[in-house]
Amino acid sequence: MLKILKYSFYDLMRSRWSYVYFLFYLALGFVLLFLNQDLSKAVITLMNVIIVLVPLISTIFGVMYFYNSKEFTELLLAQPLKRTSIFLGQYLGVAGSLTLSLVLGLGIPFVLYGLFRSDAIWDFSLLLVTGAFLTMIFTALAFNIALSNENKIKGFGYAVLMWLFLAVIYDGLFLLSLIIFEEYPLDSFSLAATTFNPIDLSRTLILLKLDISALLGYTGAVFKSYFGTNLGLFVSLGMLVLWTILPVWRLAYKSKRKDF
Amino acid sequence: MIEIENLHKKFGKNQVLSHLDLHINEGGIFAVLGPNGSGKTTLIKSILGMVVPNKGNLTVLGASVRKNWKYRQEIDYLPQIANFPGNLKVRELIRMIKDLRQKPSREQELITLFGLEPFLDKKLATLSGGTKQKVNIVLTFMFDSPLIILDEPTTGLDPASLIKLKELILQEKGKGKTILITTHIMQFVEEMADKIVYLLEGNIYFKGTIDELMAKTEQSDFEHAIAAISTHTTNA
Repeated sequence: MLKILKYSFYDLMRSRWSYVYFLFYLALGFVLLFLNQDLSKAVITLMNVIIVLVPLISTIFGVMYFYNSKEFTELLLAQPLKRTSIFLGQYLGVAGSLTLSLVLGLGIPFVLYGLFRSDAIWDFSLLLVTGAFLTMIFTALAFNIALSNENKIKGFGYAVLMWLFLAVIYDGLFLLSLIIFEEYPLDSFSLAATTFNPIDLSRTLILLKLDISALLGYTGAVFKSYFGTNLGLFVSLGMLVLWTILPVWRLAYKSKRKDF
Repeated sequence: MIEIENLHKKFGKNQVLSHLDLHINEGGIFAVLGPNGSGKTTLIKSILGMVVPNKGNLTVLGASVRKNWKYRQEIDYLPQIANFPGNLKVRELIRMIKDLRQKPSREQELITLFGLEPFLDKKLATLSGGTKQKVNIVLTFMFDSPLIILDEPTTGLDPASLIKLKELILQEKGKGKTILITTHIMQFVEEMADKIVYLLEGNIYFKGTIDELMAKTEQSDFEHAIAAISTHTTNA
């Protein structure tokens, strides 16, 4: 698996898109710091960007890579290699290089601005950890979609729909259900609804850490009152881990049974 | 070498292989023939473990294929269309496959044989179809494995390279290896194959030598004999 990971990673490091992604975050980091002149404020703005953009880019990139490397995969399948290590290796290669672009692209401007001498370091690290989780989750979801759909157009369509659903539509439905059922106690419902969407979950997680009640919203408030800040933090982190493990597990499971 | 018992494979509603039995125990060149869609590639991919059969037993070199991958160390496979990752260089691809197989290899000799030196530092996406096929051949023959599977090996090759390929195949046969070849070029089969495995509608219709096939179909010419099988069955 490590060899496949190495070659996938190496292949991606030479692709233009990794650099575009890296440079984009680099530019974003510098611009935000320049405009805000304050680390903590920049972290909040950044959160809003990361939460929507990281899933989108991971999804598109994951699907694209999977379809593009079809021939490479078939070449590998005829070699004495385990199927799970081929697919997990490729997955980790993609997720790894995307995470690296994210961490370096945002890390460099913030470090140059004096992150290590600031109080915002923990908030910022949490932001990067969440970004890494979102990358892992959405790359895995994208790989799953691509593995189950031979047709590229369909695969792309489903992947973009999934992102749209989790990033935009889900929140709308959630809000709508809160309004419709406002006479009922909705604590546990909204708690569950949040954990079922990794994007909402990440947002709540970061807001809990930043401790900004104004931005916390209903879900966050429920989370906080229910768990207390620290427990809530752990539970949401745990859910993110689960969100990563389940699609990766399905990827391994399905890849063993697929015909090529 | 290869033991296949009662192999079944369905793609959706399409039954590609049914009740297929095949035993190959000796060395030599076996041509796997059959009309389009008769299941040749599916059979080969089942042997390689790329296609998971619905039913049946498949043993290669004494090891069951199911949930196993180590046996592929003993198989050299030439895929049908040489599509390689485009932004790798030829040299890097060869190095990568060597790294993955961890076996002694003789790529230098083959690179010289097919005159691939000028292409070693070119990216695979920029190569012509024939050159890609040559790279494909180098990757397949550089290891020394007892079982060789060639899927349409002649695609895109010029006459000079075709002769070299034939010599290479005969050389490997001389070492007592088992070589499976699929092709649609009957002249190639007639010249090279020791035995023929003819697939029809997902089953083995005929297995034997070329002479036996001609006797069975009452034809004096190999190409007509093959054609006779297909017309014979469509009339029946």
